[in-house]
Amino acid sequence: MINQVVQDEVPVAGDLPRVRGRAIVVTSGKGGVGKTTTTANLGTALAALGASVVLVDADVGLRNLDIVLGLEARVRHHVLDVLEGLVTLDDALVTDKRVPKLRLLAAAQTREKDDVDTVAFRDLIGTLRDRFDYVLIDCPAGIEKGFVNAIAGADEAIVVCTPEVAAVRDADRVVGLLGDDRKVELIVNRLRPALVRKGKMLSVEDVNDILHLPLLGVIADAPDVIVSTNRGQPVALDPASEVGESYRAIARRITGQDRAAPEVPREKTFFGKLFGGRS
Amino acid sequence: MSARRIVLTSGKGGVGKTTTTANLGAALAKSGKRVVLVDADIGLRNLDLVLGVEKRIVFDLVEVVEGRCQLRQALIKDKRLENLSILPAAQTRDKTAISELQMAEVIQQLAALCDYVLIDCPAGIEHGFRNAIAGAAEAIVVTTPEVSAIRDADRVIGKLQERGLPVRLIINRIRPEMVRSGDMLGVDDVTEILSAELLGIVPDDEEVIDTTNRGEPIALIAESRLGAIYAKIARRLEGELVPFTVLGAPSFFERLFRKAG
Amino acid sequence: MIEFLNRLFGREPSSQTAKERLKLVLLSDHLSLAPDVIEALKRDLFEVISRYVEIDAANCDVTFEQREKQVAMMANIPILGMQKRPVPPAPPASHTNGSPKPPRKASANGNGTPRRRRRKPPQQQTMPQPQLAQVSPQPT
Repeated sequence: MINQVVQDEVPVAGDLPRVRGRAIVVTSGKGGVGKTTTTANLGTALAALGASVVLVDADVGLRNLDIVLGLEARVRHHVLDVLEGLVTLDDALVTDKRVPKLRLLAAAQTREKDDVDTVAFRDLIGTLRDRFDYVLIDCPAGIEKGFVNAIAGADEAIVVCTPEVAAVRDADRVVGLLGDDRKVELIVNRLRPALVRKGKMLSVEDVNDILHLPLLGVIADAPDVIVSTNRGQPVALDPASEVGESYRAIARRITGQDRAAPEVPREKTFFGKLFGGRS
Repeated sequence: MSARRIVLTSGKGGVGKTTTTANLGAALAKSGKRVVLVDADIGLRNLDLVLGVEKRIVFDLVEVVEGRCQLRQALIKDKRLENLSILPAAQTRDKTAISELQMAEVIQQLAALCDYVLIDCPAGIEHGFRNAIAGAAEAIVVTTPEVSAIRDADRVIGKLQERGLPVRLIINRIRPEMVRSGDMLGVDDVTEILSAELLGIVPDDEEVIDTTNRGEPIALIAESRLGAIYAKIARRLEGELVPFTVLGAPSFFERLFRKAG
Repeated sequence: MIEFLNRLFGREPSSQTAKERLKLVLLSDHLSLAPDVIEALKRDLFEVISRYVEIDAANCDVTFEQREKQVAMMANIPILGMQKRPVPPAPPASHTNGSPKPPRKASANGNGTPRRRRRKPPQQQTMPQPQLAQVSPQPT
């Protein structure tokens, strides 16, 4: 089933002459809104489309990109080892056997964000852009050094925001800090259409009335994301997962394959709820 | 007698530290304790929003530290609970604006004014975290039953123990039906892995989103399931031996006829 | 639905998988985070090894790797040569003249090298001296 997903999608980057890869930081301000899950799944989906992708975990000290991808057992070296010249980049890049065009560059677990030199990190991102079609950087929560490092070298940003007041407020702060020279787009994550209908949750329009960002995608709240993290198997690899399909659709929009406006997930019918979990 | 000074932390963002701080504070205040809540998330403040006092902020923590106002001027009294006050964070600065020593001093001053100082810690384990724990004598670690959250909670517990702070655990947003079907780690799984004393178990409840939208902590809503649970956690914090509620998911009929609020 | 089918076909519940993965990853995290424990472990390890072979203490190293289902300790210990007389196993209850020497105490200097030189062998020793194999130092 997993192979089905990888092979059916048409490769995009293979035949084109080598252009510099795109470096996109996935950020939010607020913690726990789905940055890491989004980085892992978008990376997986882009690689399944045939692009070469490297995922960089910038959350020094609290790394989680490895465990969300299910690659925690394969991490031997991390970004700081590379920046400090202890190992080569190739030594540190972890391969994902399920997704051949995907690589992971893990964060250090026993160091701190202050240990990373911003300029050196920016240069590393530059090096990665020369080798990969997409460099996705998983940004830590907050707006301190970790954030500053993560955005260095990325000329594009994806802001992940849940439809909740605190998240929107923090996203707004981050958009301000990202400045004007970056391409910034929005993913609204963990939408619950039934609650929106009842007026108990902000709608996508409500969120974007405040943030005023081009909408890249909307992802519904679903329990299979928790299960997928339990197993270390990104939902983007699961053809039956709706959330997986949302990520795949976003990936197609990122590559330019799909130019239609993003779909907003709809409330599940009774039967939909019976077989598909919460609305 | 000086107040108990407790930091609420997690490592992982988004697990419910702020919601827990607000609701536990409200529950304690409701039971008659004088409570001050401190938002230590400088630059990304949210405690004010969760409590619905965002329009009443005049001064903040940084201005107190920099001597631009008196401590009492910065404290916002809650209109619903006379025993509850909040010291908001600054929004336009960042966590390097104050030092650990300065934070500890403010917390000491607050401790002379009340029974409980609850400090809402930002995500992470850097400067913001170190500031937040600087004035604390106890810690509550909030985690959800998810892999990343537990991993980060473990890291934070280690750091807290290094500082000699006693640690207790609140497991937040547990979904009993998913635990039963084996799709989510259960309470026993989490306490086995984290080996910290369990203070509370809070089920996932979509009403929290609604009440946060309105700036009304759910602990203030007497009939709410979560309100009762936060009240129990407050009692446990006071030293009472309160048994943990056996959690079932709300039944089909409960969901069908659930009242608002 | 997918999880239901998984369990129908005997696949373990994901919470179980999560628990196992977490335990492993935390073990790995903890081992990297407890430097004083690891230092003590290294000292003791090198001390034991050096009773049997002469080691290049300055270039010894111990690391921890997480494999698929376990965490493994990897020790890199360059060997310079055999010790002149290997320390035999634990001494018997009663000691008579010419009995094996008591085991060496743990070294106190923290880098794994023995604290004292070997005592001279007793005169009654009749075993032939082993040839010292010249083993070149292992690259680190």
